[in-house]
Amino acid sequence: MAHTPSAPKSQKRATGRRSPLATAALLAIGLLTTGGAYAMVTTSAIAETGSAQSAVIEEGTKLFQANCATCHGLNLQGTSQGPTLIGVGAASVDFQVGTGRMPLAATGPQAEKKPVQFTAEQTFAMASFVASKGPGPAIPSDRYLRGDGNVATGAELFRVNCAMCHNVAGAGGALTEGKYAPSLGNIEAVHVYEAMITGPQNMPVFNDQNISPQEKADIITYLRYLDETPSVGGFGLGNIGPVSEGLFIWIFGLGALVAITVWMTAKSN
Amino acid sequence: MTTTQVPPTTTDPPASGPSESAAVQKSTGSRVTGWAANYIDERTSISGLVKEVGRKIFPDHWSFMLGEVALYSFIVILMSGTFLTFFFQASMVEVEYEGSYLPLKGIEMSAAMASTLDISFDIRGGLLMRQVHHWAALLFIAAIGLHMLRVFFTGAFRKPREINWFIGFVLFVLAMAEGFTGYSLPDDLLSGNGLRIIDGMVKGIPVIGTWISYLLFGGEFPGVDIVGRLYVLHILILPALIVALLGVHMLLLIINKHTQFAGPGRTNDNVVGVPIMPVFAAKAGGFFFIVFGVLMLIGATFQINPVWTYGPYDPSPVSAGTQPDWYIGFADGALRLVPPGWEFVAWGGATWSLNILVPLVGLAVFMALVAFYPFIEAWVTGDKREHHITQRPRNAPTRTAIGAAGVTFYAVLWTAASSDLIATHFRVTIEGVINSLQVLLVVAPIVAYHIAKRICLALQKKDREIALHGYESGRIVRLPSGEYIEVHEQLDDYERWKLVSFDEYTPLMIRPNEQGKITAAQRIRAAASSWFFEDRISPVTRTELERAHDSTH
Amino acid sequence: MANDHDGETGSAAAGSTVEKYGSSAPSGGTAVVVADQIPNPGFEPYRPRVTDLDPKKAKQAERVVSGLFFLSIIGSIIAVAVYIAFPIVPGDMASVRLNNLLLGVGITLGLLGIGFGAVHWSKALMEGHDMVEQRHPTRGTDETREKAVEVFELGANESGIGRRTLIRNTLIGAIVLTPLPAIALFRDLAPAADPVPLLKVTMWREGVRLTRDPTGTPIRASEVTLGSNFHVIPDGLKESSHPLEEKAKAAVLLMRLKPEDLQVSPGREDWNYQGIVAYSKICTHVGCPVALYEQLTHRLLCPCHQSSFDIKREALVIFGPAKRALPQLPITVDDEGYLIARSDFTEPVGPSFWERSI
Repeated sequence: MAHTPSAPKSQKRATGRRSPLATAALLAIGLLTTGGAYAMVTTSAIAETGSAQSAVIEEGTKLFQANCATCHGLNLQGTSQGPTLIGVGAASVDFQVGTGRMPLAATGPQAEKKPVQFTAEQTFAMASFVASKGPGPAIPSDRYLRGDGNVATGAELFRVNCAMCHNVAGAGGALTEGKYAPSLGNIEAVHVYEAMITGPQNMPVFNDQNISPQEKADIITYLRYLDETPSVGGFGLGNIGPVSEGLFIWIFGLGALVAITVWMTAKSN
Repeated sequence: MTTTQVPPTTTDPPASGPSESAAVQKSTGSRVTGWAANYIDERTSISGLVKEVGRKIFPDHWSFMLGEVALYSFIVILMSGTFLTFFFQASMVEVEYEGSYLPLKGIEMSAAMASTLDISFDIRGGLLMRQVHHWAALLFIAAIGLHMLRVFFTGAFRKPREINWFIGFVLFVLAMAEGFTGYSLPDDLLSGNGLRIIDGMVKGIPVIGTWISYLLFGGEFPGVDIVGRLYVLHILILPALIVALLGVHMLLLIINKHTQFAGPGRTNDNVVGVPIMPVFAAKAGGFFFIVFGVLMLIGATFQINPVWTYGPYDPSPVSAGTQPDWYIGFADGALRLVPPGWEFVAWGGATWSLNILVPLVGLAVFMALVAFYPFIEAWVTGDKREHHITQRPRNAPTRTAIGAAGVTFYAVLWTAASSDLIATHFRVTIEGVINSLQVLLVVAPIVAYHIAKRICLALQKKDREIALHGYESGRIVRLPSGEYIEVHEQLDDYERWKLVSFDEYTPLMIRPNEQGKITAAQRIRAAASSWFFEDRISPVTRTELERAHDSTH
Repeated sequence: MANDHDGETGSAAAGSTVEKYGSSAPSGGTAVVVADQIPNPGFEPYRPRVTDLDPKKAKQAERVVSGLFFLSIIGSIIAVAVYIAFPIVPGDMASVRLNNLLLGVGITLGLLGIGFGAVHWSKALMEGHDMVEQRHPTRGTDETREKAVEVFELGANESGIGRRTLIRNTLIGAIVLTPLPAIALFRDLAPAADPVPLLKVTMWREGVRLTRDPTGTPIRASEVTLGSNFHVIPDGLKESSHPLEEKAKAAVLLMRLKPEDLQVSPGREDWNYQGIVAYSKICTHVGCPVALYEQLTHRLLCPCHQSSFDIKREALVIFGPAKRALPQLPITVDDEGYLIARSDFTEPVGPSFWERSI
């Protein structure tokens, strides 16, 4: 669950019987220096709901500063290299970092899935940190990730909302200018949910009012079904349709038959 | 009339009554056969046909069997298709699917789609027959294409076979229509979007387009009639046309007899090969089973057109990677390669959709050129003799180069149809793919033409060298005079014959006609003739050969 | 020396009414007829096969052939056995796959056994010599042709068709007109209505709510957040008498952009609601659903032929074979906050047709 900013900064209150001006000045200087230094190091309000949570956030902060702040800014405000992360929510971080897309290794049309750089604990820590900076989509609860939804509803929703980019079988598809919608084979349910709710990069956002959490669970159920069910007719040839079928019949079908005709009309030994 | 080199010729069973030959004790089998043959012959004169056709000679080259691949895959299509007609319902009435495939359970779809799903998931062998049927359709058209290329590149379309070429081309178009109507029958998302595209193209035809679309779909798109109508086309009208034209195609083949490659003993006036009974029948019959078996194996192990993943057709969803079957690819690719903005509203308000018309007309012109090519080439050469010897492609360099250009043009269009898949597969942009192919569409055929022509002429030169001087054997010999020479191995007469036995044509010399005029037609003809035959290599003559043999090596 | 006759006219024998077309030897056109050709060496000597020479090899080949035929028998039996032993369990996809595979492999064995057996038999054991058949010229002999001509002449004379021009002309007229009713019969392939007005209207009207595809639930403006993309159908589509036909014109895409990102042309200022815009989903090229929305670049991509539309500039075409921008649906909200249409589209949706602007 996302942390919400609650407790105010602790403040020193000056009491004193010395000369009001001197003490006031001293205290003012003390306030300014400590407050300023404090402000420089921290960004906005820090949740003080529990020491364990704050330890997680603190670890997340450190990880973020070491790995993400260069492009996303220390205050998550974004730079020319990367967008702002204020309000993206823990779900975004869990998705991007959990699939290895972040940290970005190279510039290109989009962030590519690659080997994950951080452990689950570290990812969670960074997600908690980002979530603490502004409300956004949360990591979904397990109840929508079990894959026990309605597979027929999920399939229909998938065809209407997802197939045009990801292909009806989730084999992926092309977008403009070198971008692409990746294949959806064997993706973790939590990442599917998070992608829908956060709309990574050019993927639209499918908020819970557009596709409800149960409907998202149905879609996940359908993707599970696709992953677990073998192609009924034999090898699927990549499930990209008539192009691969045509190539196959020319290269292997006709190829085999032409080879056979050459054998047939060759003089026998 | 059959002359055989080696006796004996088989004789037909006696046409008179079933009397046992006193001298030879016949087996029961041959007695029954004899009786049956007599029974039929007394009622149909079949013995005449057997006598005429039974020992006809067929030349034995692998490239002559490509037409058989097409024919046999067509028979496989007919057989598997007949099975499917017992289960398929060509109706667009909405039903709720209650079959075995869970992701579509309870979903509203047409009876056509539901019956296709039942065939695939609830009828034993149904999926197998469906897959064999669809794979066979892909193979059928591919084999026709390859067969057509063989006939083209070997000049087998020349007199007297021009009409047969044309019939074959019509068969090619009919086969594509069969395929298209066939895969549109399940009313799934992929083929439904294909129909949507066809509707859009038809609407773009001037004046009559809107009406053709309206009549075709029985109202507004998609309507409830189209699957039923395509079904009639697919199982009745188009197969009837194909069978009829195939009959004529093969009848002409029998009348003209098959062509043969040049070789020792083979002339323009004979056919050398194997007789129908028994060798050709065994080979051709066996090949039918092989083609059928290969298709059955592919149908058993490779999935094709999983309509259940696409779901029922609905005008709202669409799949990434929406392509037609491969043989329609050239048309889809042509649509994709049109640059933006090719449409205008004329002064009267009529909309001219050039982005549709230019591909349509362009492809029609391309296909017409292919269909009428034999007549064009005959006009250019003026050759009115019959040709029964096929040419090696290198010996008709311009024709081969034209063919290479045509194939390249078709291939670029075909590639364009998978532009988005190329983009994802090779990590490039779709804009880059399409722009590159737009350029290639114009440039690549020209380049292919020139490369093919030069290769042909170079191969002809090499043939000439080998015919005159033989092969370089790799043995170096030092002569007493100190000279080193490489010994050339001469060809024997049989090998040489293949290299020297081709036709040569010269460009047409323009001459005034009876009125003393040189007509425009003559000029065009002379220009074409010069384009075809200016660059040429002559076959080796006897004097040249003798002279070459006289000089020492 | 090249022959370069342009056409072939035969000579008419004196007294005959018919030209003997092409009766002289056919011209070779521009073909070179060389007097000095290397002669055809005749047939090569026959090279016997091992099965011709060695009876043991022949016996071996025979065993291979019959072995293959035997394999075919086994295959066909396996196929029938599989059909029974591996039935389809309803709902179990693995059983479907297994049945498909095993049945197919069994039948394949049955077929390939015969095929390869027959071919090997013909190659290895059947008579191996090449045989020769003489060709005849394709054209009929002159006598046959004269007889054929005579048949037609007699036919013409005895029917008098040549002389009786009135009969001939009226016959031609009759035959030409006979197919006309057949052509007319096809009018009722489609309903009586004129298609053009139908193509110019959709289900959208003032006040019709935008609803989700396929469930049909109405959409509140507040539910459409920045970067989201809704697939929309008009309220009441599912209950209409022709839902798919209506959807094929009325399908709409709903997106929200920042109002400052939108370049709004004059007259369309109230067509969007606080940056929420609605465009026809039917591609103006040939009608596929233009469904791919890129939320950062604000582009719509059509997957069929890759036409791209820029939503910031009112769905202007920026790439691909389409010409016209996607028609925009003017929208607003009703008093409950649900998105509604202000009116129908102001131009026909979907692919172009001849009468579109008439």
